[in-house]
Amino acid sequence: MSKGVLVDLTKCIGCGSCYVACKLYNENKWSDKAPVNGKAAKLADENWTVVKEYNISRDNCNALRFVKKQCFHCEHPSCASACFTSALRKTEEGVIVYRSNLCVGCRYCMVACPFEIPKFEWGKAFPVVTKCMMCYFRVINNEKPSCVSVCPTQVMQYGDRDELLVEAKLRIDSNSAYIKHIYGENEAGGTNWLYLSDVPFAQLGFKTDISDKPAAAYTSRYMSLTPILGAAWGLVLTGIYFINKYRKKNAAEKQMKANDSEGGNNA
Amino acid sequence: MLNDISKQKWSFTITPVRLILIAISLAGFALIAYRLITGLGIVTNMNDEWPWGFWIAFDVMCGVALAGGGYATAFLIYVLRIDCLKPVARGAMLTSLIGYLLVAVGLLLDVGQWFNFWRPFVSWGHSSVLFEVFLCITAYTVVQILEFGEIFTERVGKKYHNFFKKIMPALIIIGIMIPTMHQASLGALYLMMDGKLYPLWWSPIIFLFFLMSSFFVGPAMVVVESSLASKAFGHKIETGVLKKLVRIGGWVMLAYLVIKVCDLIARGKIGYLTDGNIESYLFIAEIVIGIIIPLIICFSRLANNRAWLAVFGVLTNLGLIFNRLNVVVTGMARNAGSLYLPAISEVIISLSLVAIGALVYLFVCENFPVLGKETHKYAN
Repeated sequence: MSKGVLVDLTKCIGCGSCYVACKLYNENKWSDKAPVNGKAAKLADENWTVVKEYNISRDNCNALRFVKKQCFHCEHPSCASACFTSALRKTEEGVIVYRSNLCVGCRYCMVACPFEIPKFEWGKAFPVVTKCMMCYFRVINNEKPSCVSVCPTQVMQYGDRDELLVEAKLRIDSNSAYIKHIYGENEAGGTNWLYLSDVPFAQLGFKTDISDKPAAAYTSRYMSLTPILGAAWGLVLTGIYFINKYRKKNAAEKQMKANDSEGGNNA
Repeated sequence: MLNDISKQKWSFTITPVRLILIAISLAGFALIAYRLITGLGIVTNMNDEWPWGFWIAFDVMCGVALAGGGYATAFLIYVLRIDCLKPVARGAMLTSLIGYLLVAVGLLLDVGQWFNFWRPFVSWGHSSVLFEVFLCITAYTVVQILEFGEIFTERVGKKYHNFFKKIMPALIIIGIMIPTMHQASLGALYLMMDGKLYPLWWSPIIFLFFLMSSFFVGPAMVVVESSLASKAFGHKIETGVLKKLVRIGGWVMLAYLVIKVCDLIARGKIGYLTDGNIESYLFIAEIVIGIIIPLIICFSRLANNRAWLAVFGVLTNLGLIFNRLNVVVTGMARNAGSLYLPAISEVIISLSLVAIGALVYLFVCENFPVLGKETHKYAN
């Protein structure tokens, strides 16, 4: 059963408790280069979650919206399927965890992630990848992720993904202010973090052109066919190799015999 | 013949070109040391928006494809038995071996935990295309080193020469099978970039395009290499042989073009060609320079002319480099939302790898029977 979090952006006041809790729990440093709040808030190697501020106009007035960003924890994670050492892996709880000791630092996960979540320690001599791991050790102890547990306005609800989806649909149906879309229900094949909003998601920096087909599906089909096709190709090569070899040999022998008989006639 | 080469002294002639290559290599070594000490952020222009940059595009993607001349000529000569191509075999396969060794160095410099490079052997990420690429490239490099053993033991450790001769057929078949797989898989790495890579380049059959282009760039590479080698070593391959090789490449190239156009039509993306944005211009330029002009040269009377064959080779190679840079860099720019240009140090390190490769190639050709009989006459 996948665990997930339902984020109701209409409730967020941008206080920043969540990123403070995240920094404390994961022992990440604060960085001047990558702010965790404001309009320039940016996920980075030390920022596993940030709260980004958006000025939007609604019914001819300006309004503020705050968007908490972190890993979406996909149902079919591209990063884990891209990882060639299984350093990134999806657990039974639906959490995408990362073990840096297995990582080679190739960054294919960063290229593959449809949400551009994994970040890299560019400033270090021996850098690794970093990202939100949904406070995995809290999750397996039946605790909420630290960001969820500290939120004063109950923006986030933690639970089983299926139940969260039911709850999300209830909220959308009972209140016309919501956009009729649960971000994360189908994006990239579905994510365990689900978002509700009263402002179109495109205006809040969400990628809205993400295919519902998980990218991992392309590679899993490719990878399942590769060994068979490779072996078949090897057999074909061997076959042609020997056929052509004996053809050449026979042709050469015939030529020699022809030469011999010609030579005999002449003599 | 074997005696001749073993009596000859080890030599490495110093020429102005070689001095320049040595200078570039030394500059590269200094920057490589700097990169290993300080990390990737300072030396390169890569960042979180651009996790893959010039090194992956050029050192790895172009390096492996351009080294495709090895498996392509091996296939034509040893499997299809087109005997007249034999004079180019050793040169092409040596270039390929050096190419792969450089790709390995390039990869090690690009990854963060380079001392962890062996991890995939024990911690299998078998869902990853990169896992297959890694295994195949490693295996193929080993196979190529063994294949080179046949040449090497003509001079050093001669008693093992017969052993290497015996295992050659098996090595050659494995050495064609494996690169076919990973040439395709390098393209398959980008299957996941649906929606990220610009639709002109992304395709559900992008692996086929990578495989086919790595095959037809083989003849092009051989042509360029043989024109260079004829200057350096006075070793000339007959124009007729080169023409035949180029024509074979040309047919694959033609098929590539047809499939590419059909693929764009089938996906409903052919309209992107006339968008008039930077991607559409680059795509058209890539196809015209790297495919259409070479095709015209290849299937016209121009193919009888050595100089035009060299033009074919250069354009095809450039077209391939263009294509790989477009897939890794240009085609990803719109999604990244920022621009990426390689840092000068990134480019110098890449160039130094090429320079080191060229020096090794020159050394081997001077000291081992790679380029055929004429070389020996020249060397003596």
